[in-house]
Amino acid sequence: MRSMEGRPDTAAEAMHLVDYHAGDLKQVPTRNGMGEGLIEAGSRDRNVLGVCADLSESTRFEGFKKAHPDQYIEIGVSEQMLVAMAGGLAAVGKIPWIASYAMFNPGRSWEQVRTIMALNETNVKIAGAHAGVSVGPDGATHQAIEDIAIMRVIPHMMVVVPCDAVQTKKAVLALSQTWGPTYLRFGRDKSPVITTEQTPFAIGKAQTFREGGDVAIVACGILVYNALIAADQLAREDGIEARVVNNHTIKPMDEDAIVEAARVCGAIVTVEEHQKQGGMGSRVAEILAAARPAPIEFVGVDDRFGQSGDPAELIEYYGMGVDAIKAATRRAYARKREKA
Amino acid sequence: MQSLSAARVNELRLRANDVRQGIIRSLVAAGSGHSAGPLDMADIFTALYGYLLHHDPANPEWPERDRLLLSCGHIAPVRYSAMANFGYFPVEELLTLRKFGSRLQGHPERVRLPAVETTSGPLGEGLAQGVGMALGAKMDHKDFHVWVVTSDAEHQCGLHWEAVMTGAKFALGNLTAIIDRNFIQIDGSTEEVMPLEPLAEKYRAFNWEVLECDGNDMAAFIETAERALEVKDKPQVIVAKTLAGKGVSFMEGDYTWHGKPPNAQQADEALHELQAERERILAGA
Repeated sequence: MRSMEGRPDTAAEAMHLVDYHAGDLKQVPTRNGMGEGLIEAGSRDRNVLGVCADLSESTRFEGFKKAHPDQYIEIGVSEQMLVAMAGGLAAVGKIPWIASYAMFNPGRSWEQVRTIMALNETNVKIAGAHAGVSVGPDGATHQAIEDIAIMRVIPHMMVVVPCDAVQTKKAVLALSQTWGPTYLRFGRDKSPVITTEQTPFAIGKAQTFREGGDVAIVACGILVYNALIAADQLAREDGIEARVVNNHTIKPMDEDAIVEAARVCGAIVTVEEHQKQGGMGSRVAEILAAARPAPIEFVGVDDRFGQSGDPAELIEYYGMGVDAIKAATRRAYARKREKA
Repeated sequence: MQSLSAARVNELRLRANDVRQGIIRSLVAAGSGHSAGPLDMADIFTALYGYLLHHDPANPEWPERDRLLLSCGHIAPVRYSAMANFGYFPVEELLTLRKFGSRLQGHPERVRLPAVETTSGPLGEGLAQGVGMALGAKMDHKDFHVWVVTSDAEHQCGLHWEAVMTGAKFALGNLTAIIDRNFIQIDGSTEEVMPLEPLAEKYRAFNWEVLECDGNDMAAFIETAERALEVKDKPQVIVAKTLAGKGVSFMEGDYTWHGKPPNAQQADEALHELQAERERILAGA
């Protein structure tokens, strides 16, 4: 693969990415990766269960229900029950994946998540669907943009936010085989598929998707694509070479990769479809404040609620589009140069 | 109730007396904690550990054991005392209740003490977990039974009723809930704080098998529990009427003893009363 500038894109090659510079990328919702991964996980291990609270179609658990009817449980609109019951199922050896919209689970069920999953150390997996403002027309009540914050502060919890549908499937398979309470966050809307079957994935291991030494853009979820596009445009327009890191595991975060990005690039931009407060970027800031202080700019929702609209329109309006990432990257780069 | 002789009942009443004495000793050593609920549930926990449960104190994680969940974690002293008295750990360990580094946390934690089956304290969550365990057992054709002890006041929690609905949906005959119906909670009488009656009718409307008994009458409780175990096609609930603070006269029926321990002098008085009761049981009264 070659970059827009014609140079070999070694990071993208090493990661077996698709040629994301092309305009006609396959668009698949990350929730589809959830559904496909779960069917396969359920075949590999019959103790893997799918448990739904009335949203089996939209969380993409319907395929699992058809493929593994004996491993499927439906309990209706009761998200606290979803967590508590899953704790009981896990206590007798099951690996329950519990599905709802992130706003309701863990949004409604946080205390059960803390007590029954984390303090009690049970192997329950939360499938947090419809996260972010890209839920779109449903509006603010259904747009979870605080979920990373409330989950990453819980001891023992794993928090994973894959970048596309293919990576979501890999995450489901990996997490199904990894013991421990888990939160997997994914979205509703179609988003570009940038990874391939060959792209490696390991929980807790951040991935450099684009090389660059001027600024590091650390992103998670579907905005990794926007970060890559922003980086390419910045190289062309400003000559700024940005490293792009797919920081899919919020907890336990790959601290070495974050510190290394700060060491090499000297300035950081974090990008997430979440409140700036308390999310992935906040964790990056915590790590760097302690280990290697560097200028940081945060891209995310700025202490506001979402609203109805088209997903792309909302991403732009709330300051997470390509232009917003470019502007934040220029600011971070300027701050680094002022400091030098 | 073929096997339960009068002698066996008396032996269990003595064990319940041991459990009550252990509760008082642990609470006075802790200097904080709940008195009324643990005392009123001493008979039921003795019946469970001493008669009803399939369990092995030497092998607390035996996979086929019956599961006993305590949903209202604040009455942990009765569970700890019963476990100690039935061989899970030395009785002296009860004096570590609520102390730094103890396995006997103020509210029970499974990770520290696996035999408690789950971590509880936040109310209204135990039955939901019991439903999960019973459903998991049913899916795997396991024979163990799931018992969940709940307080009456935690029936004010929405999640508890989600669990009641779910238990009925999956026809969990391997699940029995026991309600400590002592009519008290921190702020006063349950019927004044937030009325629960008609409690039995509510469960019937949710398609549970409902049994009622005096939870401080050893023989009556065991007989009721055995009738519950005969029901195979739906979950069962035993509404066990108990007297808050049972066994210590100055605590009985007084909600102010819900959340405080006896001081040293009160503990002496309580132990004196319980010893007298023990002698009456031994005399066959």
